[in-house]
Amino acid sequence: MAKAAESSGEPGTTSPRPLMRDLKAVGKKFMHVLYPRKSNTLLRDWDLWGPLILCVTLALMLQRSSVDSEKDGGPQFAEVFVIVWFGAVTITLNSKLLGGNISFFQSLCVLGYCILPLTVAMLVCRLVLLAEQGPINFMVRLFVVIVMFTWSIVASTAFLADSQPPNRKALAIYPVFLFYFVISWMILTFTPQ
Amino acid sequence: AGPAAAGRRAAQAQRVWATPPEGASEFEEASNLLAETPDAVTTSGSGQLTPQGHVAVAVDSGGSYGAEEEVEESDKTALLQEKQQPGFWTFGYYQSFFDVDTCQVLDRIRGSLLPRPGHNFVRHRLRNRPDLYGPFWICATLAFVLAVTGNLTLVLAQRRDPSIHYSPQFHKVTVAGITIYCYVWLVPLALWGFLQWRKRVRERVGPYTFLETVCVYGYSLFVFIPTVVLWLIPVPWLQWLFGALALALSAASLVFTLWPVVREDTRLVAAVLLSTVVLLHALLATGCKFYFFQPLPLEPLAPPPQATSLPLNLLPPPTPRSQVT
Repeated sequence: MAKAAESSGEPGTTSPRPLMRDLKAVGKKFMHVLYPRKSNTLLRDWDLWGPLILCVTLALMLQRSSVDSEKDGGPQFAEVFVIVWFGAVTITLNSKLLGGNISFFQSLCVLGYCILPLTVAMLVCRLVLLAEQGPINFMVRLFVVIVMFTWSIVASTAFLADSQPPNRKALAIYPVFLFYFVISWMILTFTPQ
Repeated sequence: AGPAAAGRRAAQAQRVWATPPEGASEFEEASNLLAETPDAVTTSGSGQLTPQGHVAVAVDSGGSYGAEEEVEESDKTALLQEKQQPGFWTFGYYQSFFDVDTCQVLDRIRGSLLPRPGHNFVRHRLRNRPDLYGPFWICATLAFVLAVTGNLTLVLAQRRDPSIHYSPQFHKVTVAGITIYCYVWLVPLALWGFLQWRKRVRERVGPYTFLETVCVYGYSLFVFIPTVVLWLIPVPWLQWLFGALALALSAASLVFTLWPVVREDTRLVAAVLLSTVVLLHALLATGCKFYFFQPLPLEPLAPPPQATSLPLNLLPPPTPRSQVT
């Protein structure tokens, strides 16, 4: 009975368990991304909550404080959203078309979770930008973004590379590189005016 | 034994991605052979497989270039019967356009970078097996590289002249993407349509399929990627030199590929077609150069009053001559 109440999560029951369970699953996947090992957790129990949270956080942080004219501005909220999700879908389609044996949502899950290092970089950059502007400021931000970019690539490669046929691995990994490069560029060129 | 041995060597070239490449020279030789005998039919019928699993190549004794069209048809029907081409609503149909390996893609890129007059890109490199991976990702890379380097140019210029207003200009990514993708899809469509229409005039040589044309255009844009990165160097004549070089390589690749198809036609049509192709390519290159690397205003002769925001002197001090165009 308790088990049924735990798994169903209907409004009639009094258990908040499914929410805690999902949050714990998301947290566990964050840990797996931060310390990438060859494990199947990300692939087996995929979920899209983590990527959604990360994407929304990133898009919110990329908003500038003042309202600029449309032409001059940085990426709008919707643009970031579209780039992340459209990019992830394109990479997944590409990987499947090349003959990979990973499922559509598993791939989206991995790509989404591996944005975590770049979101951390965005946080750090925003904090660093509170200090005075200058070349040292820029060097610090550049260093942080490069490190996190490499981390993202390594993490996603650890999960995705095995699902590709061996003579096409580079073809499948290159779009991932381009994807995280574009996101890193958006983070690096962020300047709050 | 002569044609059979030649055929077997060419067959090894066909299957080079299934076995580890023994040496580039063997591949080159075999590919030259296969290109010179255009009416060689490659069939994958089960009865003709050699024990090593290589594809057998039967060389026609006719040797006339005019038989190529029929040979292409029979080649296609043989492949169709073999593979049972899936319908366009299935996933497998699109998978057939991504049926390339890393080394094949790299080889095609190399082929577009070094066009040679005798070597037809479609026959030599694509071997009538076009892929969509190359054009799609080359266009994506070019669009992003254009936007990123255009932005970087603005950043570097602002360091020299702090009065220039810097903005991320994110909308340029969208513009770049749309322009390049439209170019790589619409211009080959027009070209293919035109060649199909002129097919009635030329009986001998069949035109390329639409996908092959897209492929040729896509791979020919690869040379612009390093060029755009080199455009970061703020020396105007160097930028124009790099641009001209890239345009020459790229247009040469296109022209050498189109020449065998077009030379059967009347002189006027051939000349007009080829010059239109080159002109459109030049328009794309210069358009990108001007839109993404905008000429910035002349630097002020007097130093700006508040030149303290960027104390770093990575770049030489501003002189009236050094402008970014």
